[in-house]
Amino acid sequence: MGFRDLIDIGGGFETVVNWLQDNLGWLFKVITDTVNGMLDGTEFVLTAPPALLVIAIFAALAWYFAGYGVAIFTFLGFGLVWYMGLWTLTMSTLSLVISSVVIALLLGIPLGIWSSKSDKVWSVMRPVLDFMQTLPAFVYLIPAVLFFRLGPVPGVVATLVFSLPPAVRLTNLGIRQVPKEIKEAALSFGSTNRQMLLKAELPVALPTIMAGVNQTIMLALSMVVIAGMIGAGGLGNEVLRGITQLRIDVGFEGGIAIVILAIFLDRVTQALGERTK
Amino acid sequence: MALIEVNDLYKIFGPSPKRAIPMIKKGMSKGEILKKTGCTIAINSATFTIERKETFVVMGLSGSGKSTFIRCLNRLIEPTAGEILIDGQDIMKMDSEKLREVRRYKMSMVFQNFGLLPHRNVVNNVEFGLEISNVDKEERRKKAEDAIKLVGLDGFEESLTSELSGGMQQRVGLARALANDPEILLMDEAFSALDPLIRTQMQDELLELQARLHKTIVFITHDLDEALKLGDRIAILGPDGRVRQIGTPEEILASPADEYVKRFVQNVDRTKVISAGTVGGHAASITYPREDIQAAIRTMERHGTSSVFVTDHDRHLKGVVTIDDAIGLQKKGEKDLGTVINADVYTTSPSTPISDLLATAIETRYPIALVDEEGRFQGAVSRAAIISEVNKGYEGSDVEQPQTLSELQDAQDGEE
Repeated sequence: MGFRDLIDIGGGFETVVNWLQDNLGWLFKVITDTVNGMLDGTEFVLTAPPALLVIAIFAALAWYFAGYGVAIFTFLGFGLVWYMGLWTLTMSTLSLVISSVVIALLLGIPLGIWSSKSDKVWSVMRPVLDFMQTLPAFVYLIPAVLFFRLGPVPGVVATLVFSLPPAVRLTNLGIRQVPKEIKEAALSFGSTNRQMLLKAELPVALPTIMAGVNQTIMLALSMVVIAGMIGAGGLGNEVLRGITQLRIDVGFEGGIAIVILAIFLDRVTQALGERTK
Repeated sequence: MALIEVNDLYKIFGPSPKRAIPMIKKGMSKGEILKKTGCTIAINSATFTIERKETFVVMGLSGSGKSTFIRCLNRLIEPTAGEILIDGQDIMKMDSEKLREVRRYKMSMVFQNFGLLPHRNVVNNVEFGLEISNVDKEERRKKAEDAIKLVGLDGFEESLTSELSGGMQQRVGLARALANDPEILLMDEAFSALDPLIRTQMQDELLELQARLHKTIVFITHDLDEALKLGDRIAILGPDGRVRQIGTPEEILASPADEYVKRFVQNVDRTKVISAGTVGGHAASITYPREDIQAAIRTMERHGTSSVFVTDHDRHLKGVVTIDDAIGLQKKGEKDLGTVINADVYTTSPSTPISDLLATAIETRYPIALVDEEGRFQGAVSRAAIISEVNKGYEGSDVEQPQTLSELQDAQDGEE
């Protein structure tokens, strides 16, 4: 037996994963059902109306938040997606992104607030976030598949893990950066902890938190494509088909649709962040 | 009873700060204690009282613990030991609920860099404190608008604070602090971040506001001129966190407690602070019409003066009579001095700084009469007294004094 067999790191992880699978099956079932519900709901909302109507709504949103340039791009871009016949796939990718981002923010912002309030919490949180962000994205896919089988749910879970860190980090940063005098002012007028958070800290930190939201969305989009490998569906499948069958046309069309979606999401959320300043 | 009473207050930063207190009491220096315990002393045994409706200025250079001190008053910083009584209640013993009450209704704070909320407009910023105290919307708006008027910001209600100049932003800070009508106003270097012209203007406005509102103000500053201008009383903090002297501006200028304070005040323009009342004093006067010419002449002779002030029986000043006029009248055989009372005499309030009297003092033939707000005669200040007071300020300072030609010639001869 060699020295390296003394401590089996990979095997250790395997044991943990197996134990979780055996003992927490009910939890994974609950998560699966919830995520499936969210996915179906968003996908229905996005695909039930005629494509042109949805495109018009996107363009209107872009106009409202980011101005007419982005609106024109949105209209032409999604028009192109529709023309290429990728509309439904793009919308299922978008619903994957929306579902994972919503969960990521619901978890990430409270975690960020908690981290900002306690140096101890942050000192534990930081290495965990580093780990989540730097571990190659593909590696998440394995436990995700083991826990949730193939399909969109493990895709959402893997995406969630990958896109959560910026939400936590930037919420933490935003609140820690609130000028000391503003915190003191809030306290000196007799704020409770809750009033301090809701009336002073969060509003002042909002631009930074919005930057985190933007990053979370962009990371989610990139991961959702990779999650195509475990059958998450959407444009990821299309790109994967392009790779495995060496079909340049399929790969490129899928890729272009992803780029259009990415630019739309980025510009609109960035503009949203600007408005909070 | 004083409104705020601070007894033997300590604030020590560092690990297990209480350990340092016995060392301080033994008289160990700041450096020794830092070496032994790793603790820094910010406030060292501060004891004083702040009266209702007075402006109490705490003055010290940076690092003297003045900002720490003001934060102890509302416990933004927890004091290490001692007692802070506000209206007889020790705020250091209050639970968080009670402390919040005090912060909401009893005292408000104004900050050096304003501490305004950038996402709110002016009126919403001013409403902030009221919002925290759960005042309902309409009342909140009304009170906020009153406070905005008070500081002269009407018309800017909807502006974003980032669009305003520093002086205007601090007005917002002041309005926010005044909005819930607190008894105590804590002002932490409130004007230090403003440029000098605006600072002077804000000081004047604060004095005006205070004359109307009669708050108890605790004002922190590193600027002695500001302290002397605003303070009814001033506490000077030394670099060791110890209170060096507490007194009125005049007391501090006239008799500095130690070398540290003396060095501090030596460059101050005393004439701006020393008042006519301090320099002047009792002056001879007669009551008209009860007393006649004879009495006037006798009074002047007794005091060795060439003029005497005349008041009515309520001590209201009527004018001045000179010895020449009185004797002239006496020669004519008159008794009543009504015809020679000269109302052409300068009057001033005892609180006027002597710098404002210099020009008059040089021009006038009579002493300047001191009268109170009701016009009652309080005494007088002579030209000689003013000039000698001005001169006192220059003694010992390195101002170049004029020399006579003969002195210069003597000095040259000596060298040769």
